[in-house]
Amino acid sequence: MKVNIRYFASIREAVGQGSEQRETASLTLAALRDELLALSPAHAQALARGKPVRMALDQLMSDESALLHEGCEVAFFPPVTGG
Amino acid sequence: MTARVAIQHQDFELSVEIAALRLGDARVGAVCSFVGTVRDRNEGDAVATLELEHYPGMTEKSIEAMIDAAMARFDIYAARVVHRVGLLQPMDQIVLVAVTSAHRGESFQACEFLMDYLKTQAPFWKKEVTPAGARWVDARVSDDAALARWGLPAPTA
Repeated sequence: MKVNIRYFASIREAVGQGSEQRETASLTLAALRDELLALSPAHAQALARGKPVRMALDQLMSDESALLHEGCEVAFFPPVTGG
Repeated sequence: MTARVAIQHQDFELSVEIAALRLGDARVGAVCSFVGTVRDRNEGDAVATLELEHYPGMTEKSIEAMIDAAMARFDIYAARVVHRVGLLQPMDQIVLVAVTSAHRGESFQACEFLMDYLKTQAPFWKKEVTPAGARWVDARVSDDAALARWGLPAPTA
């Protein structure tokens, strides 16, 4: 299935791009994160487990167990610092 | 009635925002507002500028959901959140939360609830320029603790 991936703030800078589209067989956010970790050293550094990475699925804060679907929007970003 | 949420580059005017929020609503006996501004120091370093990045779409949705939660939890009539994005300078206004209710207690509480929620859940990120260079601002553990006071879980680490 096709997924649209977005990166923000320090994670966007570390990955080197703000978004990418992927064809994936991953079913969950966790599996997709694993797939991205193996994609490049930049991805591996930005999304490393143990780092405080927040995730959203279709613009809702989600954890790694969230299920992906065709055309979904996934986002990875650091803890928020607005206000 | 004006929109409940505005994400904008331009500045806001507190008196104009409050006038619009209370307009035509004679039930209102209390208006509580919070304005966040840019400090000139952070973590001991001078801050020259602050740049705010956000996640368009999700930002608006998440704040709308926070206002829904505040309306469900507190006896309030209306709420408005304005958050600026882009490049800001020390002393600039960043964020406004304003709430109306019949009595002060509910609007005081709802205003603080909305700010605590926004600090930990709305997708904004601050990058500050200091003499040592540009750096992303770290999230504060105290903000998660503030959210816990309302019985809400902190976002997953």
